[in-house]
Amino acid sequence: MSVSTCPSRPAPGGELPERDTRGLDAADRAIVLATQAGLPLVPDPWGAVGREVGLDGAEVLERMRAMQERGVIRRVAAVPNHYRLGYVANGMTVWDVDDAEVERLGREVAAIEGVSHCYRRPRHLPHWPYNLFAMLHGHSREEVERQAAVLRERLGEACRDHRILYSSRILKKTGLRLSRRAGQA
Amino acid sequence: MTLEDLDAVDRRLINCLQEGLPLEPRPYAAVAETLGIAEGDLLYRLERLREGGVLSRFGPMYHAERLGGGLTLAALAVPEADYERVTQVVNAFPEVAHNYRREHALNMWFVLATETPEAIDAAIAGIEAATGLPVYNMPKEEEFHVRLHLPV
Repeated sequence: MSVSTCPSRPAPGGELPERDTRGLDAADRAIVLATQAGLPLVPDPWGAVGREVGLDGAEVLERMRAMQERGVIRRVAAVPNHYRLGYVANGMTVWDVDDAEVERLGREVAAIEGVSHCYRRPRHLPHWPYNLFAMLHGHSREEVERQAAVLRERLGEACRDHRILYSSRILKKTGLRLSRRAGQA
Repeated sequence: MTLEDLDAVDRRLINCLQEGLPLEPRPYAAVAETLGIAEGDLLYRLERLREGGVLSRFGPMYHAERLGGGLTLAALAVPEADYERVTQVVNAFPEVAHNYRREHALNMWFVLATETPEAIDAAIAGIEAATGLPVYNMPKEEEFHVRLHLPV
């Protein structure tokens, strides 16, 4: 069976809604606090969250839908451990791209299969000339290098230089966490 | 738990749930139906994959800035002889969410996540003071894509 039958498969090239999303209220923040470590694995997860925060399940679902609509929640999903799935080569590729072209090319590079994250970031001259970052994941460094060659070709003459920075050790990895204190603020 | 421990259903489930859970009243039942398995089987498998570490987590992926927080990527050029000490110093900051060693002169890369955007500068100043090293701050100026998907 193809993964394209997944109920929440996004439209290809779908992007985050560009909405301002400040102004979560206290109930929204309570839901964030109750779910940031994970969603309960029970048939009615919304009801389980609701019992924790004092809302009924239908309201939790409605609020989470609204947060997803506003881009506060990117999606509710499984986050794999790269290494356990055999993706042992994880390369942060960084590119020095002409400022006049980087916005257009960033969008093109981001659409290439295998790019998980893609951002424009500031240079720190003279030590760090790279302004476009794209994360690649492969079963080997050769696989990452083949993907990087595709990016290199797409960037063409607008790209002056690039590097692949492989991660060689995870020094710390925690989720993003709101504190209780802030949740009550 | 590794790749060899996964059967075909586990793999389809992982591929499917990386895309996302539908936000509807019985979300796991909907996914289970798509995969042609029972809801209870899906929940059992999902729990096993999470407990076994194949999945780091399962749940909402929040957008830090849209929650009102601050987020940035920063790097240090750490002298090799001092690497372990600096790792401990940097990791001790609660604002450091992820930290990776990478192969480059800039050999330590970390994500700072703070309750407010303004708190990023204070965290950077704190890390510079504690390590004695300049922090290269590289906040995103534009996001082109964020969608980790690792098919198995």
